Amino acid sequence: MTDQTEGYSAAAEVGRFRTRRTWRQRAWIELKKAPPTALFGLLVIAGYIFVALFAPWLAPYGEAEVFAQSYAPWSAEHPFGTDQIGRDILTRLIYGARNTIGIAFVTTLLAFVIGVSLGLVAAINRAWLDQVISRGVDVLMAIPSLIFALMLLSIFGSSALSLILIIAVLDSTRVFRLTRSVAVGVVVMDYVEAAQLRGEGLGWVMRREILPNILPPLVAEFGLRFCFVFLTIAALSFLGVGIQPPTADWGTMVRETANLIQFARFDLKAGLTPLLPAAAIALLTVAVNFVVDWFLQKTSGLRDEH
Amino acid sequence: MHPVLRTVLQRFALGVLTLFIVSIIIFASVQMLPGDFAEAVLGQAATTETVAAFRRELGLDQPPVIRYLDWIGALAQGDLGTSFSGRAASGVDRSREVADLVGPRLLNTLFLAGMTALIAVPLALFLGITAALKRDSLYDKAVSTTTLTTISFPEFFVAYILILLLGALWPVFPSLADVSPGMPLWDRVYTTALPALTLTLVIVAHMMRMTRAAIINLLASPYIEMARLKGEPPRRVILRHALPNAWAPIAAVIAFNLAYLVVGVVVVEVVFVYPGIGQLMVDAVSARDIPVVQACALIFAATYILLNLVADIIGIVTNPRLLHPK
Repeated sequence: MTDQTEGYSAAAEVGRFRTRRTWRQRAWIELKKAPPTALFGLLVIAGYIFVALFAPWLAPYGEAEVFAQSYAPWSAEHPFGTDQIGRDILTRLIYGARNTIGIAFVTTLLAFVIGVSLGLVAAINRAWLDQVISRGVDVLMAIPSLIFALMLLSIFGSSALSLILIIAVLDSTRVFRLTRSVAVGVVVMDYVEAAQLRGEGLGWVMRREILPNILPPLVAEFGLRFCFVFLTIAALSFLGVGIQPPTADWGTMVRETANLIQFARFDLKAGLTPLLPAAAIALLTVAVNFVVDWFLQKTSGLRDEH
Repeated sequence: MHPVLRTVLQRFALGVLTLFIVSIIIFASVQMLPGDFAEAVLGQAATTETVAAFRRELGLDQPPVIRYLDWIGALAQGDLGTSFSGRAASGVDRSREVADLVGPRLLNTLFLAGMTALIAVPLALFLGITAALKRDSLYDKAVSTTTLTTISFPEFFVAYILILLLGALWPVFPSLADVSPGMPLWDRVYTTALPALTLTLVIVAHMMRMTRAAIINLLASPYIEMARLKGEPPRRVILRHALPNAWAPIAAVIAFNLAYLVVGVVVVEVVFVYPGIGQLMVDAVSARDIPVVQACALIFAATYILLNLVADIIGIVTNPRLLHPK
C-alpha cells in the first residue's frame, strides 16, 4: 500500500497485466484454440510416435517369431490372429509402425535436405545454375513418380537403401520447386543484400537470412510430403517391390493377408485382418493432413484450403 | 502466324522435346544396371556362345549412342523389342515380342480409365461447383471433410473396403476383375465395376477439391462483384460472367486428374488382378524384365506428358491473357 502510492507510471500499470510467457505456455494457448480435427490429428500422431519408439516393449512377441498355426483366427493369445506363415499380426502391426514410419520419415528428411539446398542455391544464383537445375527438375517431374520409382527399383533392386534414395531424389523435385518459388521473393530483400555486401558466404546467407523467412510454408510442405512419401512407400511395398520381408511393414502386410478378405462372410474378423494395416496407414495420413491444414490456416492466413 | 497457333505449336514442340529427353533417361537408366545383364538374365549355367549371342542381340557390343538410335528408331516403327522372360540358359528362346504383350493390356487399361473418367468427371464437377456456390454451408463442409479424408487413403485401402462390402459381405460385384478379349461390353462393364468405382472415389476427391478452389478463386474476382452489385440475378452472374472464365481452370483440373489416374491405375489393377498395363509393369519389375519395364514406363510417361500438354494448351486457348507472357 505504501509503495504504490508514491509514484504512478502507466507503463508499470500496463506491464502488470502483460505476462511473459515461455514457448510452452504459448503453445498451450494455441492448442486450446485449435479446431477439434487438428487436436485429433496431433493426438493420433503422438500415439503413432509412441508406438514406433517403444515397439519392442509393446509387442507381445518377436518381430519375426513364427507360430505353428498359420492364418489363426482372432483369439486371446493372438488378438488379430496370425499371418500366412504364422506370425502374430498385432506384433507385426506394432513393429510395422517403427519400420514404415521410420523409413518414410528418413526419406522425407533426405528429400528436404536435397530440395531445400538446391532450391536456395538456385534462388540466390539466378544465372546458369538456376537454369540447369530447374530444367533438370522439369524433366524429372514429367515422368509420374510412382512409374519412375518402379523403373529405377527394377534396375537397382529393392532394398531399403535404394528405396530411400530413389524416392528422396524423386520427391526432392517438388521441394525444390516450392523452395525456389518462395525464396526468390526473399532473396531480393535489402537485408539479404546487406549480408552479401558484409561478405557473408553462401551457406550463411542460405541458413541465417533466407531459411528462417521461408520456414512456415516449408514446414507445411514437410507434412504433405511426408504423407505422399508414406503413401508411395506403402504402395510400392504393397506391389511387392518396396520394403522386403522379413521386415514388418504395413504395405506388405496388406498384400500378404489380402486373401483373407474372401472369408469375410464366414468370419468377419478374419475378413477385417487385411484392412488393419491399411487403416493404420490411412489414419496416420488423415491425421497429418488435418494438422497441416490447421497449420497452413494459422501461419499464412490462408483464406481457403485447396 | 496467328498468335494462338504459334503458342500452341511452341508448347507442342516443348512437349516433344520433353518426351525425347525422357526417352533418353529411360534408355540411359538401363545402362546403370550393375554387371553384365546378359549373364544375369540367362543364369549361371549359360554357355559362352549363348551369352555372346544374347549380348550381340541386345547390341551390348555397340556404343550407347548407336544403341539408343537403334532403340528409338525401332520404337518409332512400333517395335518395342523382345521380352527377357522365356529365355533359358540352354539357348532355347520362348520369349515374346513386347508389343504383343503390351498391346491388348493397354486396351484394357484404357477401357478402365475411360470408364472411370466417364463417371468421375461429371460427378466431381457437380460436387465441386455446388460446394463452391454454397460455400461454408453444411453441405460444403460435409463434402470438403469427406474428400479430405478420402484423399489421405491409400488406393488399396479404398479398394479392399469396397471388396469387403460389395464383393465379400454382399456379393454384388465380382472382386476379381478378370476380363477376357471376347467379352461382350455389358459383361466387361460389370466385371470392371469395382476397380472403376475405386478409382472414381480416389479421383473425385482430388478433382472436386481443385474445382471448388478454382471456382471460389473466380467468384472472388472484382468483375463478379461488379456484376452482383449492378443487380444481375445470381443465375446470370454464374452463366454469363463466371462460367466463360471457368473453363480454363476446369479443363486444367480434368486433364491433371486424368494424368493422376494414369498412376493410380497401377495399384488398383494389382488389387483386382485386372490384366492391364500397370500390372504388367509391376510383374516385369519383380522379374527385372527390362524391355517390358522400359516400354511400360515410356507409355505411362508419354500419356502423362500428353495430358499435361493438353491442359496447358486448353488453358492458353481459353485465356487470351496467357498469350502475351511478360
